[in-house]
Amino acid sequence: MSVNDLFKQELKVVNLGLKSFYSDLKSQGVTTVQVNWKPKAGGKKNMLNLLSKINKVKQS
Amino acid sequence: MTIHTSIKKNAYYDSVTLMLLSRQLQELAGVEDVLVGMGTELNLDLARDLGLETGEFDTLTPNDLFIAAKIDEAQISMKAVEDAFNAYLNKSAESDSDEDYQPPSLSSAIQALPGANMVLVSVPGQYAAAEVEDALDAGLHVMLFSDNVPVEDELRLKQKAVEKGLLMMGPDCGTAIINGIPLCFANAVRRGKIGVVGASGTGTQEVTVQIHKLGEGLSQVIGTGGRDLKEQIGGLMMIQGFESLIADPETELIVLISKPPDPSVAEKIYQIAKSSPKPVVIDFIGGDRKAIEAVGAIPCISLEDAAQKAVKLLRGQEYEDFTGFSLPEEQIEQIVEKEAAKLKGDQTELRALFTGGTLADEAMKLLGDHYEIYSNIPLSPEMAIENLPEGRGHICLDLGEDEFTRGRPHPMIDPQTRTEFFESHVDEKTAVILVDVVLGFGSYKDPAGAVADSVREIRQRLSNQGKDVVAIASVCGTELDRQDLNKSITTLEAAGIIVLPSNAQAVRLTDKVMQRIMEKGAGDVR
Repeated sequence: MSVNDLFKQELKVVNLGLKSFYSDLKSQGVTTVQVNWKPKAGGKKNMLNLLSKINKVKQS
Repeated sequence: MTIHTSIKKNAYYDSVTLMLLSRQLQELAGVEDVLVGMGTELNLDLARDLGLETGEFDTLTPNDLFIAAKIDEAQISMKAVEDAFNAYLNKSAESDSDEDYQPPSLSSAIQALPGANMVLVSVPGQYAAAEVEDALDAGLHVMLFSDNVPVEDELRLKQKAVEKGLLMMGPDCGTAIINGIPLCFANAVRRGKIGVVGASGTGTQEVTVQIHKLGEGLSQVIGTGGRDLKEQIGGLMMIQGFESLIADPETELIVLISKPPDPSVAEKIYQIAKSSPKPVVIDFIGGDRKAIEAVGAIPCISLEDAAQKAVKLLRGQEYEDFTGFSLPEEQIEQIVEKEAAKLKGDQTELRALFTGGTLADEAMKLLGDHYEIYSNIPLSPEMAIENLPEGRGHICLDLGEDEFTRGRPHPMIDPQTRTEFFESHVDEKTAVILVDVVLGFGSYKDPAGAVADSVREIRQRLSNQGKDVVAIASVCGTELDRQDLNKSITTLEAAGIIVLPSNAQAVRLTDKVMQRIMEKGAGDVR
């Protein structure tokens, strides 16, 4: 969807991170979902690198 | 005093929530120092610097929450600190709608929200790029609030976004208004015909607020992140935003805001401006006026001037540089006279304490060569705050910069940092205090009240020495913001603070008061 198509649509927001941004959107009646986010693979760098490699292989 | 660490395995909370909780725990009797955070390297380093390390640090992962505290066990136990933490956490969770379903990942969220078209990302910087990549791959637009995202990642992600015709606003993008919806730190403004692309957060907020105050509104406000106009990124998102606004039928006029871009990037922007069928107003704060005029765009001397010119142009009215005040000159002179008369001969110094970086930068540029101003974002390297001679001289600080926000919330979210600077940096030599008060989504519930309290305390302190101080503020906000512009102005004025309708006017009044002090022969203000 191009930027100009976005301008014609209802904004629907996925929020990853600070919950206050989600609360602000919700208070304005915006359709939004808060992700219960936590670092993948326990945030461990070597595991993250491995995951990223696996994803790249999957994509190719 | 003893040091303790309490650990909650696999319990993730966002950084702002935890920093605000740290502050609350700090206020408990018997707690000398405390840090609550996730077990990231950054947080653990910070805890070590505070002298809070225990052997248990070795067991922490970024998915574990820790409370590290130095306490006086005669007054409080670690168990009591933990109980207080849990009570605060439950209280903050109650105010959120925790009953809402929270999918565990971006992909499951996209499934849970049919028609999702925007992803806001504010997770810690080291994890942000992977999430943004997934969002772009899924064909969604992105606003990336997180900072500490490597420039190589920014370039790659923006290239992907442009390829797919998507927005990738950021990293470190604080403000945007898409389809009338304010995102992250933005003000409540009416919709209208002016489109904005901004590379600086509070600069963009100030322009949108001034446009609203002048009676017009915004079609779209697109943020780019502060690095977008550097050579490495090449203005990819400003160009993407600019072209989208040219193609947008709701937008009749376009305003571009940034600190001066890299010359190669500026040239690309100018070429698009040259062929734009819509008028283009450009505030490259302190940028090249002639180059802007040469392509038929309109240059500006301040953020407020950009808003004024945009509104006048839209209405088909004549415009010129706005260098004055909204109030009649005579009234301004009376204010200057009255305020300067409050000061004693040895009160000569400026203390400008900003929460908005662009507003601080604009202040220093507008004050220009009249003053030697020391800053953490200095206009020239020799004016770095570290070079301040024996603590004496004019100071202008951006309190939102990294050095002041390590382990604590941005001063727009929590006024504590500025409150402390009022205490430590304003003294019997201070002549003028200059501040910004930024309202809007994301901002503290009552920033005006916090400034008013600080100024009252300073006046009380100075009155013991038979002295007073001049306090000048501008409020970046509207009557539609939840903090309410008019209520904020009343709060500030009740504390004897002079409130001007824009940052530029507040700076000009500051200049006039400082000049008057110099005329009085009160000392060398240079």
